[in-house]
Amino acid sequence: MFRTRGLTKAYRRGEVETRALNGVDLDLWPGELVVLLGPSGSGKSTLLNILGGLDVPTSGSVHYRDHDLCAASADELTRYRREHVGFVFQFYNLVPSLTARENVALVTDIAEHPMPADEALARVGLAERADHFPAQLSGGEQQRVAIARAIAKRPDVLLCDEPTGALDAHTGVRVLEALAHANRTLGTTTVLITHNAVIGSMADRVVSLSDGRIASERRNATRAEPYSLAW
Amino acid sequence: MRALTLKLLRDVKALRGPAIATGLVVAAGLSVFVMSMGTLGSLRATRDGWYLSQHFADVFVRLERAPLARAARLAEVPGVAAVEPRVVAGGRLEVPGLPDPAVGWLVSLPAAGETALNRVHVRQGRLPQPGVPGEVLVGEAFAQANRLGPGSVLEAVVEGREQALRVVGVGLSPEFIYSIQPGQMLPDDRRFGVLWMARDELARLCGLVGAFNDACLRLAPGASLPQACADVDRILARHGGHGAHGRDQQASHQYLDGEIEQLRGMALVAPLVFLGVAAFLLHVALARLVGTQREQLATLKAFGYRDGEVARHCLGLAVVLVLPGVLLGLAVGAWRGAELTATYARFFRFPEYVHRVGPDVVLLGVGACALAAVVGTLGAVRRVVRMAPAEALQPEAPLRYRHGWMRTLGLAWLAGPVGRMVLRHMARRPVRTLLSGLGIALATALLVMGGFVQDVLDLVMDEAFVRGQCQDLSLALVEAAPGVQASLASLPGVRQAEVVRSVAVRLENGTRSQRVGLQGREPSSELTPLRDEAGRPLVLPRHGLVLSRPLARALGVRAGDRVHVACLEGERREGPWTVAAVSLEHAGLSAYAHREALAAWLGEQGLASGALLAVDRARLAEVEARLREAPRVGAIVVRRAALEAFSATVAENLGRMRTMNVLFASILAVGVVYNAARVSLAERSRDLATLRILGYTRGEISTVLLGELAVLVLLALPLGLVLGRGLSALVVSFFETEAYQFPLVITPPTYAWAAVVTVGASLLAGLVVRRRLDRLDLVAVLKARE
Repeated sequence: MFRTRGLTKAYRRGEVETRALNGVDLDLWPGELVVLLGPSGSGKSTLLNILGGLDVPTSGSVHYRDHDLCAASADELTRYRREHVGFVFQFYNLVPSLTARENVALVTDIAEHPMPADEALARVGLAERADHFPAQLSGGEQQRVAIARAIAKRPDVLLCDEPTGALDAHTGVRVLEALAHANRTLGTTTVLITHNAVIGSMADRVVSLSDGRIASERRNATRAEPYSLAW
Repeated sequence: MRALTLKLLRDVKALRGPAIATGLVVAAGLSVFVMSMGTLGSLRATRDGWYLSQHFADVFVRLERAPLARAARLAEVPGVAAVEPRVVAGGRLEVPGLPDPAVGWLVSLPAAGETALNRVHVRQGRLPQPGVPGEVLVGEAFAQANRLGPGSVLEAVVEGREQALRVVGVGLSPEFIYSIQPGQMLPDDRRFGVLWMARDELARLCGLVGAFNDACLRLAPGASLPQACADVDRILARHGGHGAHGRDQQASHQYLDGEIEQLRGMALVAPLVFLGVAAFLLHVALARLVGTQREQLATLKAFGYRDGEVARHCLGLAVVLVLPGVLLGLAVGAWRGAELTATYARFFRFPEYVHRVGPDVVLLGVGACALAAVVGTLGAVRRVVRMAPAEALQPEAPLRYRHGWMRTLGLAWLAGPVGRMVLRHMARRPVRTLLSGLGIALATALLVMGGFVQDVLDLVMDEAFVRGQCQDLSLALVEAAPGVQASLASLPGVRQAEVVRSVAVRLENGTRSQRVGLQGREPSSELTPLRDEAGRPLVLPRHGLVLSRPLARALGVRAGDRVHVACLEGERREGPWTVAAVSLEHAGLSAYAHREALAAWLGEQGLASGALLAVDRARLAEVEARLREAPRVGAIVVRRAALEAFSATVAENLGRMRTMNVLFASILAVGVVYNAARVSLAERSRDLATLRILGYTRGEISTVLLGELAVLVLLALPLGLVLGRGLSALVVSFFETEAYQFPLVITPPTYAWAAVVTVGASLLAGLVVRRRLDRLDLVAVLKARE
């Protein structure tokens, strides 16, 4: 589904050039749940941003199905995000002036074949909180609204950047359950960034990044259920 | 440099957009203030200096005829410092190159060695020599308009006698700063001029040898004007005195004063609006800065900076934001003021003028700006001082939003998520939304006010020249005479002739009194129809007076009241008259009576002192030529010429005012909208970037930003139109002088124009900020916590 070859991303800050990615070759398959593991600065967020069409590589290639993301214009990248990608952020990025349902509606309004906003909220167990504003929800609830918002458009790929990073373990597990549930029931390819190695055991595949390269890659024989995870 | 100072300077750099917007608004307000007040002060100083150097008189009196020896009695009146007995006369002038006859006002000059008041300042040539017949000095305005100079020759008819006049000099006098023909609204320098002649020569021409028919007096400091006037009137009662009056009723001084005082209205209204808006813009800019710098300021406090130091830091920021605007405002105000003073000085023909912006004006203006800055900053400073460092170091809690009235009313479906974002964001900060709206509304209001001036002038002109005056020619006779109607009506080409009997009277109501010409007219004049206050045709009643609205106001009377009328000519009749009606006129102090009623009161029959003529267009020149040959005809006014002169003067002044008005109002609208957009962008860049990441296009997220501005502008427009009407009413009251009383008329095109300019300026500001949307850093947003 995704295919990257020789992916390199360099940032130039004044005199210094930093290589966030340094020749990454990665393939992602439909329906997979992949955990990208690595410490801060290992390049995992940069990789996610490039896969999500938020950033473009310095060199190398990225293909989503038959789309060449490197050759896409800004408008084409916007359309790509609009039609195919669901995002979940560490700090939720909900619009504070909209209720949970309306935040989801932000996406269903512009998607081609979305599910009803209430259904998306029900899938993450928040049907009852649909009329609450972000300020009236806990952190875990806000993140689950963000997941509902991401899956409501039935995306082909769900990209999650440290979705549990701002949450305690108990709440984090509930968020991971929502993600695993969406992956299983909707068949959405899911990429999950974390520096928490424990989370790796719920994935089909764990890719470890270090210094902008893929350091190791392992496939789990069975996916652990999120509720069994503890950290 | 201290670190905190460095921080201040860098903050300003980051805030340069709002700084420019605020600075321009401050500059606009301050420049209007400095310009108007500076010009006001300069004109007053120039006028007073000119009056002083030329010995401008304090008391003026016209009379029929008194022997020169009588002037000595006037000099004995307590409080009188100097007396100049004069001979004055109106006459008709044939000026080379001028198709219509002009009206001349001849004034005598004292013989050498005599006291001279209202001294003439010779600009070119010399004074007329006593003993040389026909030598005149011509007023500069008239001379320039007609290209006259030493050596020019004019044909005059004075008191029915023809006399060739030779121009020997050109001069100026404080008595005729504003040389305006009685009965006209604005000066027409081509057709009305003042001429000075040696007294003996003019006296001979008027049959007043050894006598005088006009006097000017100068009072000693501290002398009582009313007392002096009463004494003068007593002395001249036997000589046909028309009633002495002070400068306040001297035509030139009256108009000049009105003109100068009007500046004061301009000096106060507009700057108040601008400085109020500037205070608000500062408030918004600094509140935002404090918001974004919450953690930095808290860190400073955590390091041990005192509240006062941090507050001073914020105030310093306000000062730096306002300072460029203040300097620009002072500079532009001084520059425009010098230009305006020069324009006025040219218009009034002051031989020299000073323009200076007094320290009081600078202090007051800068003080007002400082006040605006402090008031604008107060809220932000208070927040900083109240901030507990530990709490402030934490990120600010997400804003609490609530369901709005749309949901309560079941109308939520009307707006999509984007619409709701817009409305809830506005409702979240109602005061700021309100003030932003008010700022835009004020810009609209200023535009309405600017257009309103044009509307009023259109109406006044229409009233005075189109609907009010249908005659083609009006003429004044040298002396009231019988049989005028018949002889004029028989002139070939005259379609209609209406005669008028005009006498000088003093109207009194208690302590209020006005000297005016009382016109005895046909009951329903077709050429100059009168209208009552409801706009209906007004027929002069058989009994009683009809007063123009400004005159009725000046006397404090209404229809049904009684006034005391004292005739200043002939047998000096006096008696009470009832005010039968008030006529709908906005300019001019006029009184009318039924012709027969006036004749009966005066004890005369069939006399006329002037006439109005309707003439066939094709034969106008012919009729004019015939009238010019008639020695009894004193002055002829051609309506077309009067209309052209009025339009030219007004159009020039209005064009300049309008440009400034649009420029400043646009600055205001752009300033407010730009600021609102910047604040909105700063507060919502995270939301907007999130939407971009979710797949919204640039155009779609612009809707969020510009939608808010659109709603703001739409809400502000009606308010602005209403406010504009209010400001216009205020201007009407400021601009009201004794002789003018403007109606409050605002036409739909004026409202439309104000709305269009506001929307245009807002659009411009919105588009400038929209460009920033394209530079949103999407990735940074993902990493930043709220």
